[in-house]
Amino acid sequence: MTAISEAASDQYDQPATRRPEWVDGLWLIAPTLAIVVGMMLVPLLAIIIVSFWTQTGFDLEATWTLENYALLFQPEGKLYRILIVKSLWVSLVATTAVVVLAYPMAYFMAFRIQRGKLIWIILLTVPFWTSYLLRVFAWKVILGFNGVINSGLKAVGIIGPDGLFEKPLEFLLYNPASVTITLAHAWAAYAVLPIYVSLEKIDRSYLEAATDLGDSKWKRFWRVTFPLSLPGTIAAILLVFIPTVGDYITPTLVGGPSGIMIGNSIANQFIKSNNAPLGAALSCVMMLAITVAVCLFLMAIGKKRLKGADI
Amino acid sequence: MAAANTNSMISLRAVTKRFGNFTAVDAATFDIAAGEFFSLLGPSGCGKTTLLRMIGGFERQSTGEILIDGEPMGTRAPNQRPTNMVFQSYAIFPHLDVAENIAYGLANRPVDKATIARKVAAALEMMRLDGLGNRRTNQLSGGQRQRVALARAIVCEPKVLLLDEPLGALDKKLREEMQIELRQLQKSLGITFIFVTHDQEEALSLSDRIAVMARGKVLQIDTATALYEHPNCREVAGFIGNMNFLEGRIAGVEGGLAAIEIGDGQVVKVPANGQAAAGGNAILAIRPEKIDAHGSATAPQPGTNAIRARARASSYLGDRSLILADWRNGAAPVSVSLQNRKSLSGDGSSGIGIPGPDSELWLTWPVEAGVLLTS
Repeated sequence: MTAISEAASDQYDQPATRRPEWVDGLWLIAPTLAIVVGMMLVPLLAIIIVSFWTQTGFDLEATWTLENYALLFQPEGKLYRILIVKSLWVSLVATTAVVVLAYPMAYFMAFRIQRGKLIWIILLTVPFWTSYLLRVFAWKVILGFNGVINSGLKAVGIIGPDGLFEKPLEFLLYNPASVTITLAHAWAAYAVLPIYVSLEKIDRSYLEAATDLGDSKWKRFWRVTFPLSLPGTIAAILLVFIPTVGDYITPTLVGGPSGIMIGNSIANQFIKSNNAPLGAALSCVMMLAITVAVCLFLMAIGKKRLKGADI
Repeated sequence: MAAANTNSMISLRAVTKRFGNFTAVDAATFDIAAGEFFSLLGPSGCGKTTLLRMIGGFERQSTGEILIDGEPMGTRAPNQRPTNMVFQSYAIFPHLDVAENIAYGLANRPVDKATIARKVAAALEMMRLDGLGNRRTNQLSGGQRQRVALARAIVCEPKVLLLDEPLGALDKKLREEMQIELRQLQKSLGITFIFVTHDQEEALSLSDRIAVMARGKVLQIDTATALYEHPNCREVAGFIGNMNFLEGRIAGVEGGLAAIEIGDGQVVKVPANGQAAAGGNAILAIRPEKIDAHGSATAPQPGTNAIRARARASSYLGDRSLILADWRNGAAPVSVSLQNRKSLSGDGSSGIGIPGPDSELWLTWPVEAGVLLTS
């Protein structure tokens, strides 16, 4: 009864010329939409198109071909296959390290800090006040042959004629491990913040209820806190994993010959080797690989848990 | 008083909680019997929830001791106590379905899966949640969420169930239904319930006994009837129901009755509690519905108290009428509640008659209906 009368009165209240709501919505997102289309969608389409072309000398030849992709499955493409797998692996290890490091930090901020949380959040962002490039350089200084660690060890006599090692440690820099360490540090804050938000959002009465129902603190963490922080943790994993796979600066600076990743190889195709179509094809394959990896990850976590945890 | 009663389930011994300089609970000392439905009633901020949380182990008392079933609880954590809590917000885990929520506490017990499944099914049936076991909790109505929270606590078979304003979030009709269900549940289970509420009607209708609290202090512990009919102080009298307070001086005590001079030479009588002594200040408390109002022509009957008053305003409330009457300059007006037993004529002027503004009245009440408060 009331529904009918309300609907009827609505008809008379609203002017007949009123724009539908979605038009207003479109206006609101128009600036963002323009940027997304102009700066992301168009270049992405360009990359996809170019990946089906070929390079002859200095000219791009606009004839459709699958040659670039085919290369990846031929013996000559072995290097690229290795680099793709290695990039995924390095990034996975770095992401795991980031999340394992970031979770306790986020937990501490959410549950142990009572006052001045903002100060802690600002402190966390302090490393980001310098550029990414400088931070990576800093690690080069720390891990280098005459770097902070080696000279420190020298000073305390661990490195030296009578020490544990005769020469400064060389395995610290220019290998996949140094890339992983640098990535883990550089991306930590990106992981802390989403995890912190999802922990902060957990109603404290859930924790009290779990204790009331017999859980120890440890058990309570795994039965309540962790599942409820999954949305933030998953966001953190994706936020770190996706950009680090294609990272270019870190492997260039601290990776050395054994530490290079697919990003370096793609850059090479565009700049040094002057083979943009192959670089474009590698980019596309990498995007596909990341998409597949992320989908597999989300499927493994399971729809049900995600749905419940996002309340 | 402090000696442990043999059948008391909970004994509080001078339990005090301080937050800095603020005393949230001040030396609470009382016992709760096994199987009792006990309510903590008071305005918000009176310390009732803090007291409940101390019994459950969520807050640690600053001083004092809490015994549950004869065992001192000391600083035991909630998971080490034979209590379970129904939270005000229900605290139903959003990542688990209804059955998983109810089974939550059982997983911490040395019981096999088949037993857990059986107990969960029984709890679902008892709380009329059959068929909802696989529901996600965000698909439940307020009343269903309430029942899930209750079922989750009850399957753990606690000795004491703590309920922190569990009906506060429900609308009026649902709340009344749940009150009846709660009472039936408590009777059939025989578990001691400690129920925190600020709703006096709820406390009066549900509880075996009620502790009225204010400013961290327990003012009076009694049955609903005793609290309403024989409040022990002005605060309790004023908090539960409506009450008129006539301030005066005790003129004399004779035959168990105290004569109180309430100004303008008017003297009323009231049953003397033990401490009443002539010459002291006193307050006579009288409920609006115990007072009768007569037109000024009617002479007061002997054996009843009677004071002269003038009607200031009246309002018709259907089942009853409220009259506000001035009886002495400078004193708060007396409110009188009259049952509308006979039907009134359309304009309300005849029948038993609601006195018009400014009409002279006799307000009368039986001597034993008043309560003497000395504080």
